[in-house]
Amino acid sequence: MLKKYIIFALIAVLGFYLASTFKAIPFGANRLGDLNNPETVSAFYLQKSPEDLHVANTITAIVVNFRGFDTLGEVTVLFLAVTGLMSILYRKEEEETEERLAIPSSSLVRTGAKILFPLILVLGIYVFVHGHLTPGGGFQGGAIIATGFLLMLITYKTFYTNHNVMTWLESIAGLGFVAAGLYGLIVYGSFLQNTAWTGNLNDLISGGLIPLIYIFIGIKVGTELTSVLDTLLNIKPRKK
Amino acid sequence: MSMILFLIVMVIIILAAAIYAILQKDLLYAVLATGVISVILSIFFYLLQAPDVAITEAAIGIALTTIIFIITIRNTTRDEDEYTDNHVEKFSKKK
Amino acid sequence: MMEFSEIFFKYKDLISIAVYGTAIMLIIIGLYGVLLKKHLVKIAIGLSIMDSGINLLFVAVGYIQNGTAPIFSPGHEGDVAKMVDPVPQALVLTAIVIGFAVTALALSLIIRLYKHHHTANIDQINSLKW
Repeated sequence: MLKKYIIFALIAVLGFYLASTFKAIPFGANRLGDLNNPETVSAFYLQKSPEDLHVANTITAIVVNFRGFDTLGEVTVLFLAVTGLMSILYRKEEEETEERLAIPSSSLVRTGAKILFPLILVLGIYVFVHGHLTPGGGFQGGAIIATGFLLMLITYKTFYTNHNVMTWLESIAGLGFVAAGLYGLIVYGSFLQNTAWTGNLNDLISGGLIPLIYIFIGIKVGTELTSVLDTLLNIKPRKK
Repeated sequence: MSMILFLIVMVIIILAAAIYAILQKDLLYAVLATGVISVILSIFFYLLQAPDVAITEAAIGIALTTIIFIITIRNTTRDEDEYTDNHVEKFSKKK
Repeated sequence: MMEFSEIFFKYKDLISIAVYGTAIMLIIIGLYGVLLKKHLVKIAIGLSIMDSGINLLFVAVGYIQNGTAPIFSPGHEGDVAKMVDPVPQALVLTAIVIGFAVTALALSLIIRLYKHHHTANIDQINSLKW
């Protein structure tokens, strides 16, 4: 019981200090400074993104170009987490597998899923191909593609993703990201340096390497999240 | 004024869903309450002019996180206070 | 109906308390769940709620009143003075995806623990207790 009161006191102290800290940071105040002679890093990004890179979506420019090395690290963390999950839940082939679904889905759900699945895939691909023009990008597009596969996995008993295709797509996307970085290192002298030609603002093919790298990230995130769902859904259910 | 009312309703729903998710003993309901948190959070991100984050939260927070929690509940227990027979035996042997 | 900018000036404190308060309350509620609950899935839910609160706090710090999203759409290239801070949004974007992967890893560990010990209650998993 004493432990409970200590934890309540701890939470109260933490809440008080969080609240008093954020009272000092005014909500909605402009902290970017002068945009023409940038002194803060955000103002620098807002000025450089349309002028030098010709990328309309500043967030894409930050994620893929200005902080591209950071994003490579985050994609690696994602890959390691998925690898860990699959090795923890590894099941030998000999174990008999039960059906994923105890009760088959109704024909309404099956037909609806079949119609929606290609549309969701097209939406996901649209989101990551247009990542440098509109809100969206590789991470969002990959997540949308994974929801499409999720719909098929929970509707059909017999729907399985092909592990060889998944492995190859994932590897090629990861290697493509690193290859784009090495291209910048060899040709321009620093890792993930963008190409000199960046096109015009708001063109589909613009921004140099940025759309290419975001397509690689989209394929990588999509296949990894799909393998997570596939692995988790194929665990043998507990005995009743 | 309607904007303020909308904001207050959103805050009430998100805090109520969070408290419900922590206090509810039936884990399936608790997980569905976290889905409600994600829906409201997605609207918050949209109102704070972050459409990229709103799309990510909508796809991952609402669909994928909820489903992996439900799969885990299917493979473990649904009731929070469930004590299995196996452990009753184990404890009785010790005593 | 008034414009959002007028409302913002009139109820600035209220909006600030609503957004920051929600984020801080989510962090506190999640921490309560992590520290005081015994079921492993409940602890994972608490971590997920804390994650949401921290993401909301980051995006709220980057907001600028009457701002627009930091996207130079056709016809709005000159709106750069009104744009909100893009850096917290870029950080939160990747944090959500990483958070999902880490939650999935934690849940897979919980499933393995349950198969081994036949319980998900942390007080009953005591093989390493001395």
